[in-house]
Amino acid sequence: MSGQDLYLLSPELCVVTGGVLALIAGMLNARRGVVTALGLAGLAGALLFTVLLWGELDGRWSVCEGVHGDSVTGFYGAMQLDRFALFMKGVVVIAAGLVLLASYGYTQRFAVRSAEFNALVLLSAVGMMLLGAGRELITLYVALELSTLPLVALAAFSGGQRASEAGLKYLVLGAVASAVLLYGMALTFGYTGSTVLETMARSVGDAAAEGTRPFGVQVLVIGVVMMVAGFGFKVAAVPFHGWIPDVYEGAPTPITAFLSIASKAAGFAVVMRVFFTAFEPVEVDWALLFAAIAAASMTFGNLAAMAQSNIKRLLAYSTIAHAGYLLVGLAAVASRTPDGVTIGPETVLFYLAGYAVTNLAAFFAVIAIADRTGNESIASFSGMGRRAPWLAAALTVALLSLTGIPPTVGFMAKLFVFGAAIKADLAWLVALGAVNSVLSAYYYLRVVRAMYLADPVEGEQPSRVIPLDLSVAVTAVAVVVLGLWPQPVFRAAERAVEGLF
Amino acid sequence: MLLTATVFLPLAGAAVVLLLLGDNARRVRLFAAAVGIADFLLALLVFTRYDRNEGGFQLVDKFDAWIPQLDIQYHLAVDGLSAPLVLLTGLLGLAAIYGSWSIATRHREYFAWLLTLQAAVMGVFTAQDFVLFFIFWELELIPMFFLISIWGSGRKEHSAMKFLLFTFTGSAFMLVGLLTVYFSTDTFNMTYLVGMEGQALLADLLLPSQLVFAFFFIAFAVKLPIFPLHTWLPDAHTDAPTAVSVMLAGVLLKMGGYGLIRVNVSMFPEVASGAATALAILAVISILYGAFVTFRQTDLKRLVANSSISHMGFVLLGVSSVGATAEHLSPVGLTGASMQMFSHGAVTGLLFVMVGVVYDKAHTRHIPDLGGLAGRMPFAAVAFMVAGLASLGLPATSGFAAEVLVFLGTFPAHGVLTALATVGVLMAAGYVLWTLQRSLFGPPRERWAHLTDVSVVEAVAPLLLMAAILILGVYPALVTDVFTSGVNDLLPRFGP
Repeated sequence: MSGQDLYLLSPELCVVTGGVLALIAGMLNARRGVVTALGLAGLAGALLFTVLLWGELDGRWSVCEGVHGDSVTGFYGAMQLDRFALFMKGVVVIAAGLVLLASYGYTQRFAVRSAEFNALVLLSAVGMMLLGAGRELITLYVALELSTLPLVALAAFSGGQRASEAGLKYLVLGAVASAVLLYGMALTFGYTGSTVLETMARSVGDAAAEGTRPFGVQVLVIGVVMMVAGFGFKVAAVPFHGWIPDVYEGAPTPITAFLSIASKAAGFAVVMRVFFTAFEPVEVDWALLFAAIAAASMTFGNLAAMAQSNIKRLLAYSTIAHAGYLLVGLAAVASRTPDGVTIGPETVLFYLAGYAVTNLAAFFAVIAIADRTGNESIASFSGMGRRAPWLAAALTVALLSLTGIPPTVGFMAKLFVFGAAIKADLAWLVALGAVNSVLSAYYYLRVVRAMYLADPVEGEQPSRVIPLDLSVAVTAVAVVVLGLWPQPVFRAAERAVEGLF
Repeated sequence: MLLTATVFLPLAGAAVVLLLLGDNARRVRLFAAAVGIADFLLALLVFTRYDRNEGGFQLVDKFDAWIPQLDIQYHLAVDGLSAPLVLLTGLLGLAAIYGSWSIATRHREYFAWLLTLQAAVMGVFTAQDFVLFFIFWELELIPMFFLISIWGSGRKEHSAMKFLLFTFTGSAFMLVGLLTVYFSTDTFNMTYLVGMEGQALLADLLLPSQLVFAFFFIAFAVKLPIFPLHTWLPDAHTDAPTAVSVMLAGVLLKMGGYGLIRVNVSMFPEVASGAATALAILAVISILYGAFVTFRQTDLKRLVANSSISHMGFVLLGVSSVGATAEHLSPVGLTGASMQMFSHGAVTGLLFVMVGVVYDKAHTRHIPDLGGLAGRMPFAAVAFMVAGLASLGLPATSGFAAEVLVFLGTFPAHGVLTALATVGVLMAAGYVLWTLQRSLFGPPRERWAHLTDVSVVEAVAPLLLMAAILILGVYPALVTDVFTSGVNDLLPRFGP
């Protein structure tokens, strides 16, 4: 390990430091504000280093000698630092920061344990950040577990039957998914003789040329399909979605937000990294596989969401549907043009970023509103348009964005992803996706309808929590601004996939 | 900058209404009216500044680097097809604001949504970038959903949701269509796509051009609406508040007709002329079906709403004139279709305003309950009659000019079908006159003795619209010349 390695790892180190300091502060009985501030400081440091490293890769400045060019490997080839990894780090760090900010009021409920809450969020974030940077299967697996296990604890954090059920379900199903994933990794290792993605790719390519391998290519295919299942669990795609509604409902709402975004982003980052680095040469129609999962996820998610009466369950099913839209993008990436040009990986990254902002806005507004009503049923949102006009407006913007109605980032994201899929000759999938948007309009607008059309139900008006209101405002404004001016993020996404594909 | 100002002035007005004006109903109304007048004047300026002798796209506002990766531009312009529709939107927007004077609840939100709606429709008629067009097209849904579902009557939430889901389904098809066009041609620029250079590119699409044509056609047919995609219309029109019905029937339906000519006819001329007979058949079904259904209505508002289906069928009939053989091809049919859109906007707008006036005073729209109103409300009766007679196409009203042009233009292409369509005019005469007779005339009734005629504020919208109807009835060339200049630009595509 050298100084350069530490520099490459600096964003993660900042987050870990923030988490540990938050824990220590908690032991010293520091106030909640101090704990949250320490966590946020760690994330701010991570964001700073992420920007610093991005600039360093671009050659804009030079802090460390060996870091320049498109990609740098560190820790004896276990991790890789490129713009793709940095983009994912940025998404995870910003999402984690907003979640901490928004949960400041929420952690009041478990006052003494708020330090643990913050620390666990940060540790999970570290795992997700590493997932985007892994270059080797074992590192990836460890990072995946690091990101999942704190979330298990967090899902059960509020105590009570619901929360325990959520935690246990997540733990058990997560363990099964991990086992499947690990078995898949072992099979691919057996076939290729390596866990480093690039070596694996070469080995797969060689095997295609030589045609001699102990178990034949079926082993590889089975291994890869098992890995798809493992990651499918992470990104909440059908048919690996069974845990979603219960865990989302039982977990504390800020954690649900974090799960729905950061966890999904990390999952997609790994899929893109692993599949399009290592298994590209495998002669299987990946596009069809992803397209089939996409179609199932979109349709199932939207149909199931229609019947929900609890807002968190509704948003849970909606994340399944959105995993489907993202997989439409992946299907496009997987089906290259005949002359070998990859289509639209940047649209998937843009969708991830746009979806992150949108879903955070939606969940934060739900936290704020449900705090007022003490109730998560959609019926309790009645009359919010008059009781809390700004919150209702923010939630409406977020829901329109989830539906994909302009001028919101959700529309731009869908436009880009569907565009890529059209280009990849997947018009049928786009048509299905577009029809699904119509289906989703029905249940998203049901919430809007309750807020603006139904008569207000009486309820108390708890005091305002400024950090939460701030995070609602920031995300809701970002939804509209990125809807009208997607250019900066889209450009960053484009840079992030340069050289990777 | 003129078009940008015309599109965004109402939006800015909406923001001011929502954020700065406070809760004073009078102040909000007056401010909204001021914005409406200003935007109408801007729209008038657009219409007069458009040089009808030159043709082509004019008054261009362009900003290239909006989203350069996909070459999405901010690009507004008008041609002969859209300039009059911009004027119509300004006119009806103003009429709608005056027609909303009696809105009593949540007036701030109401006027903010109404102004947003106007901005969105203005945007649809002026956007020349496909994505921008689509954004405005979708943007119009949100205000409409709220306007119907909050301030409407009857089964308002059901109607609003139905309207939204129908239109949104259409948009989903349009999205697939426009993405296909983009990835086949590498441009979203509509002025380029409708030009002759665009034709070469559009000849080679990723999907069969018939399919892409169908995608767009479904989107626009829902909006127009065309049988059998019309079922949202009677509900939405009937349950919407008066002023919103004015906007809905007056300009929102025209988005469908405009899209049909701008996209389906201009970009896919071969498919359009190949499908012309099918279009004409659909048009005749819409015309006759709409007229039959209208006969059966006893609710005044539902009657006007259903008559729209019949009248918008004439737009499609005019469009189907592109199926004529080369020596018979003339701009008359398409000009007639466009003129029918303009005329129907003013006429139906006026009809809805007058239905609103009657309902405000008598608190019923049930035709058998009305009767003998003319003696109590002479001005309202006159305005109602002007609208009714224009609706049945009486000479010296704009409706006559429009329908004659449609028939003249379409006859060479579809003789028998055009003849069948004229039955629709006869039926219109039937239901309009019968309705006028039952609701306005007859012996004065005791229960309506307390009714008073319209106030000065209420008279503004009818006067504006009556002026438009009569002026265009006497001198239709004011508008048809402009439409013809637009149609002449696209006609060469149908040459041999």
